[in-house]
Amino acid sequence: MIRVLVNRLLGMAVVLFLVCAFTYVIFFVLSPDPAVQICGKNCTPEAIDQIRANLGLDQPFWTQFWTFLGGLFAGRTYGTGANAIECVAPCLGYSFQSSQPVTDMILQRLPVSVTVAVGAAVLWLLAGVSAGLVSAVREGRFADRFIAGLTLTGMSVPNYVLALSLQFLLVVTLGWLPFPQAVAFGDDPGQWFANFLMPWIVLSIGAAAVYTRLTRANVIETLQENYVRTARAKGLSPGLVWRRHALRPALTPIVTIFGMDFAGLLGGALITETVFGLNGVGKLAADSITKNDQPVIMGVTLLAAFLVVVGNMVVDLLYTAIDPRVRVGSSA
Amino acid sequence: MTFTPTELEVEGAAGGETAGEPAPSSPPASGRRLVRAFLRDRAAVACSAYILLVVLMAVFAPLLVKLSGYGPLEFDQGAVDPNLGGLPLGWGGGIGADHWFGVEPGNGRDIFARIVYGARVSMTIALLATALTSVLGVVFGLVAGYFGGRVDMVISRVMEFLMAFPALIFMIAVLSALPADNRQVLLVVVISFFGWPYLARIVRGQTMSLKQREFVESARASGASSAQIIFKEILPNLSSTIIVMTTLAVPGYVGTEAGLSFLGVGVVPPTPSWGQMIASSVPWYAVDPAYFLFPGAFLFLLVLSFTVLGDRIKKIVESGEGRA
Repeated sequence: MIRVLVNRLLGMAVVLFLVCAFTYVIFFVLSPDPAVQICGKNCTPEAIDQIRANLGLDQPFWTQFWTFLGGLFAGRTYGTGANAIECVAPCLGYSFQSSQPVTDMILQRLPVSVTVAVGAAVLWLLAGVSAGLVSAVREGRFADRFIAGLTLTGMSVPNYVLALSLQFLLVVTLGWLPFPQAVAFGDDPGQWFANFLMPWIVLSIGAAAVYTRLTRANVIETLQENYVRTARAKGLSPGLVWRRHALRPALTPIVTIFGMDFAGLLGGALITETVFGLNGVGKLAADSITKNDQPVIMGVTLLAAFLVVVGNMVVDLLYTAIDPRVRVGSSA
Repeated sequence: MTFTPTELEVEGAAGGETAGEPAPSSPPASGRRLVRAFLRDRAAVACSAYILLVVLMAVFAPLLVKLSGYGPLEFDQGAVDPNLGGLPLGWGGGIGADHWFGVEPGNGRDIFARIVYGARVSMTIALLATALTSVLGVVFGLVAGYFGGRVDMVISRVMEFLMAFPALIFMIAVLSALPADNRQVLLVVVISFFGWPYLARIVRGQTMSLKQREFVESARASGASSAQIIFKEILPNLSSTIIVMTTLAVPGYVGTEAGLSFLGVGVVPPTPSWGQMIASSVPWYAVDPAYFLFPGAFLFLLVLSFTVLGDRIKKIVESGEGRA
């Protein structure tokens, strides 16, 4: 077990290192010179060189990359002398456009993204698994076909089309929900909830559809297994057969994709947050694209990659706990 | 393998009812049988018809625009009301004989023309990305599965690495860092770069099991080269898998292109794309819903059609294989 864990951790470190390197190369090679951006309009070549030297931009690629990696773990200082800017670990970079360390900018926005992700995840898990169960039990009947149609629709409707349609329908036409306003949960829980309700629905629809299909397929497959037939033949009540023998193996694969989906969402739901004007990490990234604020885009990319990789690993470990077969397989 | 003709309750487009009769009881051994099973499936036919419509729209865009009278880049200040901040005149965002789908608020560009030209962009990018992904996925999957060993290990690691990536945000990062010229080619390359492992993984698995089969062994015994075995013996057996996987991949790419254009890193204005049209309609959604409803509906139906089609082809192929 410990060997598995160590192997996984090493693998994770390698992937994360590659992600860092890959991202850094792309931004190093392609992004516009930050020195020019900082320097502004009335700029001389000497001033640009000065800024470059201050920020270490005149150093070779590898030196800069190591400084960046070092900043991730130990923090770093941009520039020297009186204008030096402290960037504490984990330093994801510094946005010269908004004069703020990228890490701080992300941390400020993270709570909103987490709220969005958690609410949506709860919604799609509940909706997806229960719809999938209903479909499996009523296989081939009306309910199953109806849900199949809904899932295809849910999988196909683009996030932002759904978001705009819902906003138009529920807020403008029917007036069931108030216009979104930025409020804290403590000030006005009702408004707060109404703000997040539509993003939750929009984000969960697509995933709910996928989970419905997966649950349905898994349950139908499990119910055809010999051990379920045995359990039925020996006279177990249908409820017990479901709980003891059918649900557990049928729902284990759900855990896998749930971990990845959820981790991916924590790094910001770009489109949904942008459409609903929620100040989360996703909107931060989207805004930075328009402003061409490369350090921020890079920081968010790294954070998202980190979350996905860590999420994958947590899922793998959970899997060993849930599925006895994997446990046996790994120790053998 | 059971063939359950699950019906679609899709509003409007699919008509709701499909032929309720079970699949043909005789083994559909030939391609003609599969085609016949496909034609009996009304949802599949309706979806193909819609896709064909969009393709025709894309191909004949210049002609259609001549018919409707307004180009995709032509401003028509007469169709908007400057006193209302440029809101289109008339009902439903200015729908009428002049502008069939209304006009954009502000500058009065014809929405029909932009939809038609947007179809060009969306279809070109999605189909090219699908083609490139398929080639990459099939080649790498075949090579990894057939040769195994170190080659397989390297390819598999690369695939794992690419699949562990948060693809969307990375595509955004790459596209935002790259210069804006020739975005359409870039979009195809970037989408394919992150897309091929999903097909390659499945091709690899099937190749590994196919290469153990007798016909491959006999081909090898009779002196066929690796290339001959891969392309003449194994590849034809993978065709149904590849068809299903690619059909199911197209809607994803249509959506990705639209999403990236929506976020402003896709197709560069003034070239119209459906995602970009929806993005520019966001500030107007409350006062001019038609502006997002037209591109939204076209996009949704296109993705839905490809998804349903892929689903149906998969079922038909599976039922055919199960019976043969």
